Amino acid sequence: MTMLWLTILAVALANAAIKASGPVLVGGRELPPRAGSVISLLAPALLAALVVTETFGDDGTLILDEKAIGVGVAAVALLLRAPVLVAVFLAALTAALVRALG
Amino acid sequence: MSQIPQKEREGERPGRRERYYAGARAALPFALATGVLGVSFGVLAGSLGWGAFAAIASSAIICSGSAQFAVAAVLGSGGGPVAAIVAAVLLNARFGPMGVAVGPYLKGGPLRRALEGQAVIDASWALASRGGGRFDREFMIGATVPQVVAWIGGTALGVLGGDFVGDPERLGLDAIFPAFFLVLLIEELRGGRSATMVALIAAVLALLLVPFAPPGVPVIAACAAALLGLRRTT
Repeated sequence: MTMLWLTILAVALANAAIKASGPVLVGGRELPPRAGSVISLLAPALLAALVVTETFGDDGTLILDEKAIGVGVAAVALLLRAPVLVAVFLAALTAALVRALG
Repeated sequence: MSQIPQKEREGERPGRRERYYAGARAALPFALATGVLGVSFGVLAGSLGWGAFAAIASSAIICSGSAQFAVAAVLGSGGGPVAAIVAAVLLNARFGPMGVAVGPYLKGGPLRRALEGQAVIDASWALASRGGGRFDREFMIGATVPQVVAWIGGTALGVLGGDFVGDPERLGLDAIFPAFFLVLLIEELRGGRSATMVALIAAVLALLLVPFAPPGVPVIAACAAALLGLRRTT
């Protein structure tokens, strides 16, 4: 049990340190323009990576399953200018339906 | 407190307090999904013999679904604490670049910035992104509050009350987060050609790495795509 608590505490500290590092490093200073443009491109890079790994990644393998169908339906809904919450809801509904039928 | 009378502030952009609330409201659907995931984490931790106090405490002090599920998975399959810690750190290393991106919009000295950085969680960070690298600090902090409450509350329900949710995948909840990140990605792509190029490279990098790298690493490595910003802008 002590081992569990030590693990929990260590992960909590590491997590807090990771989250603190970015804001402390770029704190308050004026950044050179090029650094600024790299930082402003972090958002699309991170989001694109999160979309593909959460959709197709599963424990170190690439898969194409009901979740991907749900995300695909959300993408189509967004292209048709559906509201954000409708698109996200459709993703869950589609994945759930395909699983229930499959 | 501001000395400016309420009248004079009307018609300007929404006040800070309003933006905290707006962030919290925008996060409510995600808080619901987070709460359900919290229940399933509580059930899992309970089944591994963590005990209610350890399960709830982990949600309160780690406050990260990906890290906690990783710790539970590694320890549950007989792995040691070091392997569990390494897995959690790799998964959460993405908060490093996320913190760099939001950093210029946080306030105060190093200690305060370090504290405000704790509000960075995936959905809040993404909700607070305003495109072109800008972030809304108050919106992000407001968005984190309901999700944290739901995460801790869900864990408590799951570990104390048992499994009344069942498999979150049966409800399609696993599709919510990628769909949501897709929504925000599409917003970012309106920022122009270089954002689109970076997103494409990042997606390909991440997909290529998934079969070879430990979980969490592909997302960090994909950040290298942002180095495209070093090109001299013409």
